[in-house]
Amino acid sequence: MTDVTFIDVLTTRHAYVLFVLLSAIGLYMMIANENLVKKVIGLNMFQTGIFLFFITSAYRVGGSTPIVKSGGGPYVSPLPHVIVLTAIVVGISLTAVGLALTLRLYAEYGTLRASALREVIADE
Amino acid sequence: MSDALLPLLIALPLLAGIFPLLLGLRFERAGWPVAMTASLTVAVLAGWLAWAVSPWSGGPQRFVHDLAGYPAPYGIELVGDGLSAILALLISVVAVAVLIYGRTTGPQTNAFYSGYLLLTGGLLGMALTGDLFNLFVFLEIVGLVSYALIASSDDGRAAYGALKYLFLGTTGASLYLIGVGYALVATGTLNMGDMATELAAVGYTDPLVQAAFGFILIGFMLKIAIFPLHTWQPDAYTYAPDTVSAFISALVSTTAAYALIRIAYDVFTVDFFAANPLITDAVLLVASVSIVVGSLLALLQTELKRVFAYSSVAQFGMILAAIGLQSETALFGAVIHLVGHGLMKATLFMGAGVLASAYGAQTVADYAGLAKRAPITSGMMAVAGLALVGIPPSIGTLGKWFIALGAVEEGSWGVAAVIFISTLLTLTYIGRLLETLYFNQPATTDDETGVVGDAGDATDDGSIVADGGDTERATAGIDDVAPVATERIVVVVVLALSTVALFGAAGLFAEFLDPVFGRFFQ
Repeated sequence: MTDVTFIDVLTTRHAYVLFVLLSAIGLYMMIANENLVKKVIGLNMFQTGIFLFFITSAYRVGGSTPIVKSGGGPYVSPLPHVIVLTAIVVGISLTAVGLALTLRLYAEYGTLRASALREVIADE
Repeated sequence: MSDALLPLLIALPLLAGIFPLLLGLRFERAGWPVAMTASLTVAVLAGWLAWAVSPWSGGPQRFVHDLAGYPAPYGIELVGDGLSAILALLISVVAVAVLIYGRTTGPQTNAFYSGYLLLTGGLLGMALTGDLFNLFVFLEIVGLVSYALIASSDDGRAAYGALKYLFLGTTGASLYLIGVGYALVATGTLNMGDMATELAAVGYTDPLVQAAFGFILIGFMLKIAIFPLHTWQPDAYTYAPDTVSAFISALVSTTAAYALIRIAYDVFTVDFFAANPLITDAVLLVASVSIVVGSLLALLQTELKRVFAYSSVAQFGMILAAIGLQSETALFGAVIHLVGHGLMKATLFMGAGVLASAYGAQTVADYAGLAKRAPITSGMMAVAGLALVGIPPSIGTLGKWFIALGAVEEGSWGVAAVIFISTLLTLTYIGRLLETLYFNQPATTDDETGVVGDAGDATDDGSIVADGGDTERATAGIDDVAPVATERIVVVVVLALSTVALFGAAGLFAEFLDPVFGRFFQ
């Protein structure tokens, strides 16, 4: 474990690197972007990164679809797939609520910029 | 039989959540009766569960139900023990109180009642589940409905507060999900009991296990609103309708804190803390900072609902500190404080809501002299406020006492000192409210005099009122009194008195918690 070099990580664990990158970019977008819709997109990206991590964790070399007939195997783990399916549903509901709130804010204040909203609300 | 209570407690409010909207197509006012029937049934079931796990029923003190008949490590397990029964009872009682309180005020749409029932079901699910991923799903149900309920106010600022909460709350839940993912990779299971065994086999100093706990901890700190991750909370509590503020402040963070206790002690166990002193110290440090900064921020606020919101940051810091202390006494105090804080905050937010509807009072200065006009509500807010400080006899005393006692027993003098300082700070901001309520003249509309009066110096304040010069205008403004339904005041009274009555309940809590803590601290 200890003699894993940076190159090894990139070549053999690129899926995890991808998870970290995607989540970090999404999180950064959610925090740094001023546009509320883009914040919601960032949130989605952050969550998608996590889903990819779960899918990666299910992978087995040479594993087949986990539909058990007679013997067979090795199978990939079905559990993370089920988790991701559920988490996707949760994520979609969140996106819907987030966009609904964004729409309401736009209807009320006529802007999608977080900084402008903060100013208007501070004056209220 | 008793284990069938567990799925019923969750499924009943979730299913009932459909009916206000469905019946609403035909009957305009269908929401409240449906919600009330469902909440009362849930309260009876929760009472039954509490009786079933109590030592007096003679049965087992821990019930397990395998959903759909799939056995434990493969299927999802629901677990009812003393700790979850206390939470279920608190949730159902506060839910009924909120519903009675909200009959005449606050959002009366059928959508609100559907959301209310979904939130109750989600909270009960968090309290009763024995599966880490199932907990995530309930966490998100609670989150989603909270965002919707907060935004149900007509105020555009409520939508802003809800959206902010949505971003931070979802990030918190997602971080929790990453933690669960790491733990799943380390152990291959999601069942709490099973994972506890597997984690011990993997080893508590394994980096994967440490990272899993770290993500779960940060995720919950966001949900519970521990400083510096609390920024969503004041806006959400302040701009939400009064009914919703009371409901959410009393239960949502409370249940998240319960879930953190459950995961920290039932899944990662006290051995994990012992093996990772750095994590334990970090928890204690963050908790202490949260206690002090939360209290100080509460002291600086002018809007009353914001004072209470920041006070929650401090109170939950205390519960987090109790989690980090690894002491049975402190954890006992934490559970009592969870219940106590829920009841006290519900009383305070509801009391503030009554005074806001009657007199339009928003800032602390607006409350000047209201004790003469609304003696009952003010008196009950005073009772709950003093309970929050920890003045006996009240449940606030019990919780703080046991947490502080645990800190002293563990030799954590720093935490004990922080709790003492926070009590003084709590006394300062509650004292400021009481002084305004009881001793200030209702004259200070001028912002500047209001702020000086808030500093809490009685003599200065008197002279400023005399100097104010605009007494008549202010009094005339305050005279517009809107009528308030009696049941709202009754609910405030009952909740406030319950915080006092529960002072004698330490033995009762111990009966429920001893078997649970026996497993936590073997």
